Amino acid sequence: MKELFAILIGAMFVENFVLSKFLGICPFLGVSKKTSTAVGMSGAVVFVLVLSQAATWLINEYLLVPNNLEYLQTIAFILAIAALVQLVETVLKKLIPSLYKALGVYLPLITTNCAVLGSALLFVERDYTFVQAVVFGFAAGLGFTMALILFSGIRERLEACDIPEAFKGMPITLIAASLVSVTFVGFAGLIIP
Amino acid sequence: MSLLIPVAVVSGLGLFFGLGLSYASKVFEVKVDERIGQVREMLPGANCGACGFSGCDGLAEAIVNGEATPNRCPVGGMSMVEAISKFMGIDAGSVEPKEARVMCNGTCDNAERKYTYFGIEDCHSANALAGGMNSCSYSCLGLGSCRKVCPFDAIEVENGVARNISEKCTGCGKCVAECPKGIIRLVPVTSGFTVFCSNQDKGAVARKNCKVACIACRKCEKACPSSAITVENNLAVIDPEKCINCGECEKVCPQSCISNAKAKCFA
Repeated sequence: MKELFAILIGAMFVENFVLSKFLGICPFLGVSKKTSTAVGMSGAVVFVLVLSQAATWLINEYLLVPNNLEYLQTIAFILAIAALVQLVETVLKKLIPSLYKALGVYLPLITTNCAVLGSALLFVERDYTFVQAVVFGFAAGLGFTMALILFSGIRERLEACDIPEAFKGMPITLIAASLVSVTFVGFAGLIIP
Repeated sequence: MSLLIPVAVVSGLGLFFGLGLSYASKVFEVKVDERIGQVREMLPGANCGACGFSGCDGLAEAIVNGEATPNRCPVGGMSMVEAISKFMGIDAGSVEPKEARVMCNGTCDNAERKYTYFGIEDCHSANALAGGMNSCSYSCLGLGSCRKVCPFDAIEVENGVARNISEKCTGCGKCVAECPKGIIRLVPVTSGFTVFCSNQDKGAVARKNCKVACIACRKCEKACPSSAITVENNLAVIDPEKCINCGECEKVCPQSCISNAKAKCFA
């Protein structure tokens, strides 16, 4: 239990996927313009991360490792994630149309979110058990959510600021992102026993 | 053999996922009304959003579900409206075109000001400063946010109050959604007499803030022969379905806030 908690806090703060590991930067910059869309995207990412962690762990443990095929991890995981996202989309469309509409275009976008693949490759590196891998995925999703919502708030305020012409748009966004990232360095010293 | 196993594993995974997905798409198939596609074909396909939906797909779905009428689309013209009406089996003649109307007469001469606004020309900004510069909190701020959002140039600001130009207005409702005061309403184009006021304050307060505010005296309510007027929340409202355009209300209104929109010349 203690270990799981350490994984949870670790993946959320110490090695926040967006702000410390720089994974999933594309949606981080792409959909953080408004808090409402940021929440929608984050919800979809958490959902898919948890499911994909479970699926890829099973594939790795029972298909790749017994056959000495660890070098196929990347392609096999991408295959699994893409299929899973597609499946989630189909199922949601039928069973929970309201959620499907709310997530909208963000759902298929997750296929290319490298945070999903990154967390899958990381649990292999660290020899996590099934439960640990799933908790790791969930925590990574929460960390992603936190980063996205924090940053969307900042961007909404940036809109109203008087920014020098040369920095308008993407430049100031990237500067703000790097500043937020620097603040997360403060968590690096946090070691959970 | 060492080559065959990885090939078999990856293609096996691919086959497994492919079959799984195609099975899932059968099991979880969502039936889509095929009329939606056909109506979509008849719409212009410009995806301009003037109908108030996200695009032509949204309008097509709403038409088939009976939530919208084909004339919501201002682009396709009468021939398209008739074609879709015929296809859907609804009477094209019975669809009533609407237009937007700004329910305020608080021009620079009529309305009292709380302060002078020097900010950027946007109603939302002014509204954020203590509800705008007008003493009446239900009044048109006249900074033209509705004019900017109108895709048909059908709104102009005159003497501090926005007015729609009847000939250009298509009733798309974009201004209705944009107005921070919520004082723009969609009414049938045939309706003439209109209460040009949205003030829900008590009579004395309303009168103090604006020369032409509705003070909810109920004179129009009593004078109306077809009982089309009701006073609710200190504001007279005319039901366009019952209104016979007789003009009795305009005659009795002591504040002259009721007038015939069709007789006015805004253009």
